[in-house]
Amino acid sequence: MASLDLRSKLAILADAAKYDASCASSGTAKRNSASGKGLGSTEGMGICHAYAPDGRCISLLKILLTNSCIFDCAYCINRKSSNVRRARFTVDEVVKLTIGFYRRNYIEGLFLSSGIIRSSNYTMEQLVEVARRLREDEDFRGYIHLKTIPDADPALLAMAGRHADRLSINIEMPTDAGLARLAPEKTAASITGSMGTLKTGILDARDARKRFRSAPRFAPAGQSTQMIVGADAADDHAILARAEGLYGAFGMRRVYYSAYSPIPDSSAALPPGRPPLLREHRLYQADWMLRFYGFSLPEIAAASPGGHLPLDMDPKLAWALANRHLFPLDVNLAPREMLLRVPGLGPKVVGRILSARRWRRLRLDDVARLVSSLRKVKPFLVTPDWRPTTALDSVELSRSLASPPAQLRLF
Amino acid sequence: MYRAELAHPADLDGFRHAVRCALALKIAPVEIDWGLAGVEQGLALASPLPQCPDAPAPKVARRFVELAELVICHSDPLRFRLLHQALLRLQAMPRLLEDRSDRLVDRLEMLAKAVSRDRHKMRAFLRFREVQDAQGAHFIAWFEPDHHILRLNCGFFIRRYASQRWTILTPEASAHWDGSALTILPGAMKTDAPDSDPLEAIWKTYYASTFNPARLKVKAMQAEMPRKYWKNLPEAALIPELIGGAEARMTDMIAPATAEGAGTAETLDALKALAAGCQRCPLHAQATQMVFGEGPADARLMIVGEQPGDQEDLAGRPFVGPAGAMLDRALSEAGIDRARAYVTNSVKHFKFQTRGVRRIHESPNPAEIQACRWWLDQERALLKPGLVLMLGASAGRALLGRAVTVGKERGRPLGLPDGAPAFLTVHPSYLLRIENAATARAEYSRFVEDLRVARALSEGL
Repeated sequence: MASLDLRSKLAILADAAKYDASCASSGTAKRNSASGKGLGSTEGMGICHAYAPDGRCISLLKILLTNSCIFDCAYCINRKSSNVRRARFTVDEVVKLTIGFYRRNYIEGLFLSSGIIRSSNYTMEQLVEVARRLREDEDFRGYIHLKTIPDADPALLAMAGRHADRLSINIEMPTDAGLARLAPEKTAASITGSMGTLKTGILDARDARKRFRSAPRFAPAGQSTQMIVGADAADDHAILARAEGLYGAFGMRRVYYSAYSPIPDSSAALPPGRPPLLREHRLYQADWMLRFYGFSLPEIAAASPGGHLPLDMDPKLAWALANRHLFPLDVNLAPREMLLRVPGLGPKVVGRILSARRWRRLRLDDVARLVSSLRKVKPFLVTPDWRPTTALDSVELSRSLASPPAQLRLF
Repeated sequence: MYRAELAHPADLDGFRHAVRCALALKIAPVEIDWGLAGVEQGLALASPLPQCPDAPAPKVARRFVELAELVICHSDPLRFRLLHQALLRLQAMPRLLEDRSDRLVDRLEMLAKAVSRDRHKMRAFLRFREVQDAQGAHFIAWFEPDHHILRLNCGFFIRRYASQRWTILTPEASAHWDGSALTILPGAMKTDAPDSDPLEAIWKTYYASTFNPARLKVKAMQAEMPRKYWKNLPEAALIPELIGGAEARMTDMIAPATAEGAGTAETLDALKALAAGCQRCPLHAQATQMVFGEGPADARLMIVGEQPGDQEDLAGRPFVGPAGAMLDRALSEAGIDRARAYVTNSVKHFKFQTRGVRRIHESPNPAEIQACRWWLDQERALLKPGLVLMLGASAGRALLGRAVTVGKERGRPLGLPDGAPAFLTVHPSYLLRIENAATARAEYSRFVEDLRVARALSEGL
């Protein structure tokens, strides 16, 4: 292991880190280095500096400190019993790599995670040391996302929160039973325990800063978590229920859904194939409906019988088709809450409609300028010069073409 | 007609002064020809817009100022006139901008959005290269924006990189930050920027390693990182090989997990029996049966098609449908006895989509072809034919191990990767799809001609 050069280590440790979906660099405290001191800035909106052919953005240098691990989680490529090549970065190497990439405008910052070596606390100390070096020795003002290690000492979590913009700990499986089966060394209680510690730290720091502007920050971009979809038997409703619970209980900024991705030398406890990537996409759409569109979980569930979201149409369209009696809506009269439920209208467009209709009665041409796709929304709306006739029924016809049943058998 | 002159293409101050004057003198938007100072253009008859330093500033909403800051950077030559028109209408209707369904407001918002996107992409895709000179490290970037956004974006790079010396070169203008002050310089060329950087190889390693080949989504990538940016992104050079290698890496991951259909056999009949239970790819699930190759074990000619069709799937034998009839006719015209050749397919299960009760053929993808090579390679190894005749692009891909263009490579001797002689021509189903009768006749003759050459090759060997 000692003979590996930096490039080979990076190849191994970036490859091992890519199963974490999060790459967000948004929503943290605003910082800059315009005074000439320090390096870097964060301005609210994150920046995706590149995109890989898997469609995912590259915003952060996403690596593991090491991919050696004493745990044996079946779904994880780095588990103890996996025969992948192992490598380990020194703290110094990660710091230099981050600064070098940042100076060239390749990245917004660092997302550092690690396999567990020796003990949870030892591993967490190493991660915190990287963040501390970046902030204190290099005066780095870019974005840092640290993964926290289950069962790490709350004092270490407190130090992590002082240096990092975001902390995260993965819930891994939608159900506790799934976690117990596939990740024997982890327990749901220790994971949610750490989430609780982080939540308290984040709220206390926010509270303190309201009273004292100089109070230290604690993970200003909040915490997030990730669930693996399709590695156990949990259906979409169970996954969404778990996510809703996590948003509510721990004030999660994001719950990421990561479609189980086949890994080399996979364990027999796992399904042989992968779930369709579309399933992950549908879960994100439903997640958005819950958080930004005012839907409740029972409403979504009622529109997707059988436990799974339909793959052939987005869950909002599925809901609208299951509730046809509520449509079409008069675009000039309908309240915001109802407009948000029209497939194809989002919060931004609804805002435009409400603002524009104070000045005129919107006709179909006007609506066309406000929305991104008139074709999608037309069947659900009424304007003075447009009324859908049979359109609502034909929507289902035109969109229910896809979805070969063979795909569903994968789980 | 009046001519108003600006210092540079996104000169908001110059525009502000001129437009105040135009409003005070009640000069209509269409009467002003906007241009750059020192650049000859427009109408010879135009007289300079009068200077009126005391013209009052029009009252406008804050939102209009924000909009104008972006719109003025757009490359659309009409942008000044549109802003002028909006200012006029804002005098009568101060809250005009709230009505996004208004044509002019919509137009301005679209221009602003395009500039805002360009500005964001510059922040994202600009890459500095480090050079060392007497004063230490100097970070230099070359970028080609769509709009006049260099000045608009300098603030961002100062806030982020004030502690390092940097220069951004663009075709229209350049910006240099010396650590304490910003200078705008003339435009540059790509060759003015350094052509390498010591860390770039490591960055490319990161880019290649963070990519997950199990989730290829090329369209999603291109939506956010359009091709026009690729030429200035060092990592983008890797994209074709990452996409090309993805399916093979994916098959490697899945193949060990699918135990069914991994056997080897000593005879063609034993191989056929083994292959009957093949689940190496998902196609087995919807097909009726595996359609294996057939023909004498000592055949000198091995004919490889694409995959079984509707009738082959039901009959369990290769080339018995319409394409098979076409092949039989052409073979006999070319003097080849099908009974003495071994006939098989690159993919051995029928792939289709249903339209009502009909099953419509769908071409196999590279992963499916790769999965089925397990059988095809063994058939060829047992048979040891003198010549492999490949019909169509799928057969070409299966045997040559790469994408082939049939039109370019047909009709002449080819070598397989292991050196075995091979020959490529079209698939007979191609002939069935040609609608124009004359073309169909000509293509058929060409096909027969190819088969004659193949016969000569196989007999000569």
